[in-house]
Amino acid sequence: MATLTTHPDCVPVVSYRFGKGATSIDKYIELEGYEAARKAIALGPDGIITEMKASNLRGRGGAGFPTGLKWSFVPKQSPKPKYVLVNGDESEPGTCKDRLIFEHDPHSVIEGTIIAGLSVQAKMGFIYLRGEYRYLLKIMERAVEEAYAKGFLGKNIFGSGIDFDVVTQTGAGAYEVGEESALMESLEGKRGIPRIRPPFPAVVGLYGGPTIINNAETIASVPHIFRMGAAEYAKLGTERNGGTRLFCLSGHVERPGVYELPMGYNLRKMIYEVGGGIPNGKKLKAVVPGGSSTPVLLPEEIDIGMDFDQVGKAGSMLGSGGVVVLDETTCMVEFALRTMKFYRHESCGWCIPCREGTDWLEKSLTRLHNGGAVDRDIDNIRYLAENMMGRTFCPLGDAAAMPTIAFVKKFRKEFEDHLEGKGCPYRHAREAEPALV
Amino acid sequence: MADVTFTVDGKKLTAPAGTLLIEACRAHGIEIPAFCYYPGLSLQAACRMCVVRLEKVPKLQTACTTPVAEGMVVTTESPEIAQARKATIELLLGNHPLDCPVCDAGGECELQDMTFKYGAGESKFVEIKQHREEQQWSPVVFFDRPRCILCYRCVRVCGEGMDVWALGIQNRGAGSVIAPNKQDHLDCEECGMCIDICPVGALTSGAYRYKTRPWEMSHVGTVCTHCGDGCKTTLGVRRSNEGMDIVRGDNRDKSGINGDFLCIKGRYAFDFAAREDRLIKPLIRQADGQFEPVSWDEAIDFAAKKLREIRDTRGGSAIGVIGSNRTTNEESYLLQKFARTVLGTNNIDHHRTADYPAFAAALRGQNEASLRDFAAAKAILVLGGDPTEQHPGLAWQIRTSVRLHGARLYVANHESIKLRRQATAFLEIQESDYSSLIAYLSGGESALAGNNDAAAFRDAIRKEESLLVVFGQDFRGGAISALVKFGATQPNVKFACLGDYVNSRGAADMGLYPDLLPGYVPVTAAAQFTDEYGASLPTQPGLDILQMFDAAESGSLAALLVVGANPVDRYGIDAADLRNTFIIAQDMFLTETAKLASVIFPAANLYEKSGTVSNTYGDLQLVKKAADKAGVRTDFEIIVRLADAMGADIRKLVPFGKAGVRADFGQARGAQSGEVDRHGVWLAANHLDPRLSPFDPFAILDEIQRLVPAYSVPRLDLLAGNDQHLNSGLVQIEIAAPRRDLVLPSNDTLFTSGTLGRYSHTLGSVLEARKPAETAAD
Repeated sequence: MATLTTHPDCVPVVSYRFGKGATSIDKYIELEGYEAARKAIALGPDGIITEMKASNLRGRGGAGFPTGLKWSFVPKQSPKPKYVLVNGDESEPGTCKDRLIFEHDPHSVIEGTIIAGLSVQAKMGFIYLRGEYRYLLKIMERAVEEAYAKGFLGKNIFGSGIDFDVVTQTGAGAYEVGEESALMESLEGKRGIPRIRPPFPAVVGLYGGPTIINNAETIASVPHIFRMGAAEYAKLGTERNGGTRLFCLSGHVERPGVYELPMGYNLRKMIYEVGGGIPNGKKLKAVVPGGSSTPVLLPEEIDIGMDFDQVGKAGSMLGSGGVVVLDETTCMVEFALRTMKFYRHESCGWCIPCREGTDWLEKSLTRLHNGGAVDRDIDNIRYLAENMMGRTFCPLGDAAAMPTIAFVKKFRKEFEDHLEGKGCPYRHAREAEPALV
Repeated sequence: MADVTFTVDGKKLTAPAGTLLIEACRAHGIEIPAFCYYPGLSLQAACRMCVVRLEKVPKLQTACTTPVAEGMVVTTESPEIAQARKATIELLLGNHPLDCPVCDAGGECELQDMTFKYGAGESKFVEIKQHREEQQWSPVVFFDRPRCILCYRCVRVCGEGMDVWALGIQNRGAGSVIAPNKQDHLDCEECGMCIDICPVGALTSGAYRYKTRPWEMSHVGTVCTHCGDGCKTTLGVRRSNEGMDIVRGDNRDKSGINGDFLCIKGRYAFDFAAREDRLIKPLIRQADGQFEPVSWDEAIDFAAKKLREIRDTRGGSAIGVIGSNRTTNEESYLLQKFARTVLGTNNIDHHRTADYPAFAAALRGQNEASLRDFAAAKAILVLGGDPTEQHPGLAWQIRTSVRLHGARLYVANHESIKLRRQATAFLEIQESDYSSLIAYLSGGESALAGNNDAAAFRDAIRKEESLLVVFGQDFRGGAISALVKFGATQPNVKFACLGDYVNSRGAADMGLYPDLLPGYVPVTAAAQFTDEYGASLPTQPGLDILQMFDAAESGSLAALLVVGANPVDRYGIDAADLRNTFIIAQDMFLTETAKLASVIFPAANLYEKSGTVSNTYGDLQLVKKAADKAGVRTDFEIIVRLADAMGADIRKLVPFGKAGVRADFGQARGAQSGEVDRHGVWLAANHLDPRLSPFDPFAILDEIQRLVPAYSVPRLDLLAGNDQHLNSGLVQIEIAAPRRDLVLPSNDTLFTSGTLGRYSHTLGSVLEARKPAETAAD
């Protein structure tokens, strides 16, 4: 079982029940479970959305869209059924937080789903787990059964007269279905290819009905907002970035792990104090702040608060909370190549720039890393990435292009060191060390 | 919808609100490139070629998914946009084999055109291109994966357009590949729409591949010779030693009544014209029973002498004439005129595939639906028949109307036909119950009373404010008039009567009947015709097709002229019955009927002649000469020459130019003149007389238009290649006595086409490929 790592600076909110046996509903109830749902029922739809807006909760999937605002876009009247959809297709390299939630606190996801449903008067919720998380499905399914048995799901939940059902589903192993509209296609049983937007899911979503779709951590945060009160929750974070989030610290740090820290926590502190710094007295080379799709930061750029706005100002993105730390032995070309291999493999193939762009970038980076490139290949890699940016059907193309542009821009010298037959200068260093990433 | 005003490249434009930007721009002559966008198919936004800049929007947007809005400011060409398109093409060319010199699409390839326009002339990659071997998916469909740009047009036209869903996408990312529905091959309708719609050379036609470069062909827009839909097909022809060969059939300008559609027959089944066993010399049966090739003059004189001798000794009633479902209106008309005025007989008939006289009598010239009406109908009632198999163009239009215009389709059938899938309501009835159904719909006594499904079906139809009723061969005689009477009880009803072949309707309209003259005028009321012809006509109805064979058996029919028909096979006639009958056959092949002939004239087919045909919906279209085959002659010319050799006055038979100049304008028209009969258009526009030859079908068309008012459509429109609906004016006939029901449906499928279909290699190979695999013995 994967566990949460702790540090004195950690603030357990989402992770409040981790490791306490809260997979069982009785334990969950003992730890203030399902109280938030009762409160939400009392508040009614408008009250819930007011509270959500006040919490300053922003989407934990990566884009950081204000959750309360998102929910308020769902039309009150709809001829089609409304749905709540939990995006548990956690696949971004460097990110491994949602699985802890499913593993340790499945009821918080169910309770969050119920509250989201109450806010828009939906009658049904879907919890969609990544295909590779099939082993977590059992935990999730048991929790759903328990909630039905207690009358928290099904007809007349909590004796409120309101009906609400929850269904679980796993994907088939595609990163692309983490994109919300592709996830809906997948859930409907089709190829996981994104939809043309607008219309956005809040208006036309799953099976054509208005749909709330949120990341699993976002949904799991919701009950805590009602448990603590929105103002209390908001205060934990920074301005317009309420609460805490699970940061997944990995790479060259002494104590890698998932830490729950307040929004806006300093990145340098996170690496050197929470994570215990770089092992073996090595020097820091670069940090990927929010999962593989976010542009890399240099050591001199990491004195920033980890919230959506501050990381954005630093030219990167807070993303999905996957902080990858790279020391001086890392070959940045190889790192760029490993990243591109992932996106090439995961591109759904729908649109030309992403399908062909990731393919040619992988080929070019491979050749460059092996020493088979000349100077203009570096320009060409950047040219390709820049021509993918903003041109693709969905954000996957941007996710592949964005970090690539940053790698070339910030580490051009390292790219040049590979040219004209020289190959990777880090080969020997790498052979002595355990595998990266 | 209300119009909105917006600005594109500094120009103020207006379009209805909700119009897609790409369409609004195209309508104003601003071309926005696109690979995946295709009008009428679902939106993809996958190729990213149509990106444009919208004011105040940070990213470039796809014009194919952006509806125009009031005040929108759009830039469609700028260095930024050109660069975006160029980069996309560079990426496409990265894995593209660049085998343009040997690619069928070279010269008509959208990827080539885009590369030419946006320039992606530099190779940026040195890695090995992804390659996959070419695959054959069916006798007519080949797939070259490396050329595919994954625009998904084929997937959509097959699924959304054809409702076949035989193509899909396998794998993902750069490994994505279009795949057929049966592992390595297709199980589909073989319509070739996927090939037609492919912007590059990824999908190629088994019938056309590697035959020519596109610019070496001339393109002639004409009408498919197969089913009664009469789809416009454009034949690509190329000069050869034997004349002009047809290399390709396709649907280049999409201007015909078939819209985007062509089926396997229109696209591929022209290949009979190039069969090695095609007759190219006149044949006369020798004393030993063998056929011997002879000159045209000898054959004509031989046949004419015999006909004249029989007419003069035994009278015209000893001669019979059988016409064709595939000859032009002018030829069918000329044939009946020849029979009645030169041979002096009313013994003329053809293989009847629908009861058009009953239809004409019931409709009295009113409310007949054009095939075009189906493309935008609000409600359609299909009674009997299976349009998907027998009238694929109609089925396409019905599906399109349901899909794009929300038309409601009502289907009543004794089989679960494929169109049922588009139907709002499907009523399964017994094969014998069609008349009961009409009685029920009309509110009368019926065996269907108490059937809840029938009641719901009727109630739904009753609510329709307009209705197109199309019926198959289950309806004849009284059933048709009952149906038309039912129509009178509903608002805005139009009808269509389904017959089998390209000019089945024309054969009926042109009087290939023993009792009816052109325009369904009874032979007993021929005054107008005798005036026009300046000759007397036999006034007694002649023998119908079955009576002719009875008469032949009994010895009272001494001669039989069979033009483009194979009644011996169709009606199962015993060869021995015809042993004493002098048979003249005009045909392309040695059919079962031709084999019994004493003289055979090798005839041109519909692709080798000019004239007009009427499809089963009464749409009159121009047929243009596309191909040419050394040795053969048109049925028109053969009839004229026979009449001439019999001593008839040709000027009376074909009222051609007064000056009498012998010039071959009609025959010369065709391939050289492009898709529109430019020469004919020019002559007509300048009020010049094109009637210069006794073989000019337009001289006969003039006469048809005088005698059959429904056919007096604007000549200029006709020559320009536009279909003209015969919307009114078919002569109102009174049927005095019940007519003998000689309608014999062909029951063709998508892959058969009467006798002619048997001579198409393509149709044969598709049928062969579709045979269930034989179980291995032991």
